[in-house]
Amino acid sequence: MNVPDDLQYTETHEWLRMEGETATVGITDHAQAELTDIVYVELPKVGDLVAPRQAVAVVESVKAASDIYSPIGGTIVEVNAALESNPALVNTDPYGEGWLFRLRIEAGEQVELLKEPAQYREQISGSGKYEV
Amino acid sequence: MSGAPSPKTTPLFHEHVKLGAKMVEFGGWHMPVQYSGIIDEHHAVRNAVGVFDISHMGQFVVRGPKAKEWLNLLLTNNVERLEVGASQYTFLLNENGGVIDDLIVYRCADEEYLLVVNAAKTEEDFAWMQARLESGAEFENRSTDFAGLAVQGPKSVKLYDTFFGGRHSRPTRNEIKRIECDLTTLLISSTGYTGEDGFELFFPARDAAKVWNVILEKGAEFGIKPCGLGARDTLRLEMCYPLNGSDLSPNHTPLEAGLSIFVDLQKERFVGRDTLVKQRAEGVKRRLVPFRMKDKSPPPRPHYPLFKDDKQIAEIASGTLSPTLNIGIGMAYVPTEFARINEEIDVDIRGRRFPAVIEKKPLHRKS
Repeated sequence: MNVPDDLQYTETHEWLRMEGETATVGITDHAQAELTDIVYVELPKVGDLVAPRQAVAVVESVKAASDIYSPIGGTIVEVNAALESNPALVNTDPYGEGWLFRLRIEAGEQVELLKEPAQYREQISGSGKYEV
Repeated sequence: MSGAPSPKTTPLFHEHVKLGAKMVEFGGWHMPVQYSGIIDEHHAVRNAVGVFDISHMGQFVVRGPKAKEWLNLLLTNNVERLEVGASQYTFLLNENGGVIDDLIVYRCADEEYLLVVNAAKTEEDFAWMQARLESGAEFENRSTDFAGLAVQGPKSVKLYDTFFGGRHSRPTRNEIKRIECDLTTLLISSTGYTGEDGFELFFPARDAAKVWNVILEKGAEFGIKPCGLGARDTLRLEMCYPLNGSDLSPNHTPLEAGLSIFVDLQKERFVGRDTLVKQRAEGVKRRLVPFRMKDKSPPPRPHYPLFKDDKQIAEIASGTLSPTLNIGIGMAYVPTEFARINEEIDVDIRGRRFPAVIEKKPLHRKS
């Protein structure tokens, strides 16, 4: 599974890319593979104020709806409108065109609870082969 | 993992794992939910051919001079009308007319019947029937002896001929054939759960991997895909075939499920008959109806509330995204006054209302 070195991760399989005061959030390659074909994505609204670990989006496969948690607190500044017509981008390009939303974070917002790539790789290497 | 018994495996478990299937627990069994993907497998069955492991389903054999009479007391359809080599869809009801299970009964010989029941219900069905066994009928649970495959899709017709080298004709609708071939001895019927042409095979469990692999090899030229329970569910729901545990339950009768053609009320006696006779006279209060979303929406799912105007009228029994129609579909038991084609309703999804419309069965028709 692809776990890029330039991102941070959560236990619940979201990734976070920091660029100045803006953070982009998506779900990991491992998560999209486990969720299987994504058929619908429900995104937060631009302007929503979100707390760390708040459920802010829903990603749905044929079989199940899964909550997506914001890895960090902040204000939603952009959502990936392309997912409305093409939710499968989350499967085909989870770290690129399949991103979910962007937040503006406040100065001093805590990010130390996030996992480094090596820690996240360790987490998913232990997951059972037959798990969904 | 204490207490709960670990799920059972079919004789094809290792084949599924080898093919990279995602395995899930279903009705007490480790089963493949998908291999290449639910949507991909769904389209393979609609457009080419797919093969499903149905070895988890239960098989009972009933034999003896009173086999027919006994089955007729427990099942809703009329076993009298079953010729040797024919099959019939039927229900096993409780005393109140609620559905314990839906099943297919095959008449294999003059005094021999094969019952194919739902995996999760095998033990319950067997105990229920065993407790009511009458003399002159022998009753055996043969579930672990059989493996089963469902080969489904428009190209299954050609695959059948390739598989048997053209030596055997296809079973006609509702026919069951016993075929001895090089591989094994097969019971083969033209039944299925997808709405496509297809056949189902039952054969000794020890031959499972061999038959599975030959079907995949010979099916390769037709674009065969192994298919899991995920596609099985979307395919059957597009056809509005009920799934026990979702669309059928001890709380609903076959009349409420809109399946009265598989109930013979002309029969003088069978378990649950009194309730059904009363229901037929008085009319049912709820009916299982299919619906489809009017617009793009999150997929409707079991237990989501259904509204008519501001009043909740039901909850969804089965729901999914239809890969063929590319829109949300489902079924629900709605009050009879709303059980009309073109009735507009709303589905509540996470507190938001999405418009839907009640349709007629099936939701998918072959073009």
